[in-house]
Amino acid sequence: MKTMTMRAILAALTLGFAAPAFAAGGEVAPPAQKWSFNGPFGTFDRAELQRGYQVYKEVCSACHAMKYVAFRNLTDVGFTAAEVKALAATFEVNDGPNDQGEMFKRAGLPSDKFPSPFPNEKAARASNGGAYPLDLSLIAKARGAGPDYIRALLTGYKDAPAGFTVGEGLHYNEYFAGHQIAMPKPINEDQVTYADGTKASVEQMAHDVSAFLMWAAEPKLEDRKRMGFKVIIFLVVLSGLFFAAKKRIWSKIH
Amino acid sequence: MADNTSGFFANPLVKWIEYRLPVFSTLDHMVGTQYPTPKNLSYWWNFGSLAGLCLVIQILTGIVLVMHYTPHTSLAFDSVEHIMRDVNYGWLLRYMHANGASMFFIVVYIHIFRGLYYGSYKAPREILWFLGLIIFLLMMATAFMGYVLPWGQMSFWGATVITNLFSAIPLVGEPIVTWLWGGFSVDNPTLNRFFSLHYLLPFVIVGIVILHVLALHQHGSNNPLGIDTKGPQDRIPFHPYYTIKDAFGVGVFLIFFSFFLFYAPNYLGHPDNYIPANPLVTPEHIVPEWYFLPFYAILRSVPDKLGGVLLMFGAILILFLLPWLDTSKVRSAKFRPIYKQLFWVFLIACVGLTYAGGLPPEGLALVIGRVCTVYYFAHFLILMPLVGWFEKPLKLPASISEAVLKDGAAGSKA
Repeated sequence: MKTMTMRAILAALTLGFAAPAFAAGGEVAPPAQKWSFNGPFGTFDRAELQRGYQVYKEVCSACHAMKYVAFRNLTDVGFTAAEVKALAATFEVNDGPNDQGEMFKRAGLPSDKFPSPFPNEKAARASNGGAYPLDLSLIAKARGAGPDYIRALLTGYKDAPAGFTVGEGLHYNEYFAGHQIAMPKPINEDQVTYADGTKASVEQMAHDVSAFLMWAAEPKLEDRKRMGFKVIIFLVVLSGLFFAAKKRIWSKIH
Repeated sequence: MADNTSGFFANPLVKWIEYRLPVFSTLDHMVGTQYPTPKNLSYWWNFGSLAGLCLVIQILTGIVLVMHYTPHTSLAFDSVEHIMRDVNYGWLLRYMHANGASMFFIVVYIHIFRGLYYGSYKAPREILWFLGLIIFLLMMATAFMGYVLPWGQMSFWGATVITNLFSAIPLVGEPIVTWLWGGFSVDNPTLNRFFSLHYLLPFVIVGIVILHVLALHQHGSNNPLGIDTKGPQDRIPFHPYYTIKDAFGVGVFLIFFSFFLFYAPNYLGHPDNYIPANPLVTPEHIVPEWYFLPFYAILRSVPDKLGGVLLMFGAILILFLLPWLDTSKVRSAKFRPIYKQLFWVFLIACVGLTYAGGLPPEGLALVIGRVCTVYYFAHFLILMPLVGWFEKPLKLPASISEAVLKDGAAGSKA
């Protein structure tokens, strides 16, 4: 009886949580992908992240900022410190004021955050037909389906179905809320040349950059899962000891 | 303590301190060998100490988070990301604090439903119950203001919706809202005062918790049988029996907590809160955190704004009347065949409200929300008084030890 009521309450609580608290808003559910970072022992695939970084740098970063990620963080992705230094130097960042009171440009350092492609939102909108390319640092956590959604969106460009009128300057996308997105189809077959020889299909690039953006949004994911496993093992043992002690102490009663 | 001259109290240092400041004997009376407890408390009685643990976790993680957080509209979101990315174990602290709030509510909800089932609000524990409800109200205020601090989209719009509720008050509503905001919209002054109060209220909660424990000790814990302890054969000292039982409960609870903390830290949150607050873009569907959903559903079940607000606050305030609305002399639902079933119906209604609260108020969700709202109030205002009068309770056992012995003989464990 007691375990039954306990179960009933747990079930009730779970049901409560499962209440879809998120707006679905006319989106088609993105198909779930296999990600190396899924599951309790999931880790990032370094090669995948590096390919994803390449897509981000060569394609996305033309319009999208990623202001919470610093070049130094890229050592997590598997680049060496020397590689990160060289890679940061390929970016130009604003600095200053100098001793003359003037702002100046210099080569990027590992300690710099990724420079934003536009000086401000107004400038970004002016260059993008009034649309604002979002900062991508947290996009993988700011959408319900996370990396599944990003991948689906990047591969979801299609001709609009008959009878559907797409507004001027907008593009039909199966997975975007309302199906009309200002961003033109960003990646095309063989748009980048992967250093590791992987074939740069649209699906491959979408997958790689989605994984990279998941890393950008949750860089401590591996630490978190690794610590979680240790903590839970410890707690199971500890609870077992407490339970045995409880049994023993309570055996004096009754 | 004359009767404590052996063991721990024989230690010269303990003796020296105890002679000057009676901390050890006080603790011993609070949660030690000198606090007599009914011998038949089930695991449902673990949730009080677990709630205390949650409060401590929230305060400790919160104090460290504040060392890295900046309460300003232009920096709050960035400082939270700084905590997540650059502060050593900052991600752990923040996820502990955010999920810890949910855990606190889970524990407190179970604690409250335990009280409802076993009649823990009845004489002579009415003030104990009131203090618990005051803690619950303070928790809700604290959690609401804490959710605003990361200054994400749901923070901002949740704050806008909830503070706007006060505008429903006739005549003074609008000035009150302006006063709450410190301006004409939710903005930096709002964030600053919410931060200040979010830091203050947990310590107010600590104060009320002390009174809650004091009230508890006056008559001791209620128990699954709901009958008073009749003598020493019904009681056991809190320590070691319930300290070890609580310790086991803490272990199991922390495993449950860890599951969310390490493997699904954002499951109980809303993805929109990873988008910085933008006063110009309203999220499609503004929802509060899950633990407010039942009350949010009640609010939206009423087509009239003021009516909805009154009913929502009424849903909590009605709990203060419980000692009088429940007319039955029997505490435990175990001996109340009809009330026992109504308890489960009530629980289902609360789950229904939670479900409806998470969906847009239209179609089936609105119907479920309304039906459950009606039942929520009918349960307290109509069914409880009537059932108390007309229900024929089962025969109560003569004493706890008698019931425990009988149970033991039947081969099942109390």
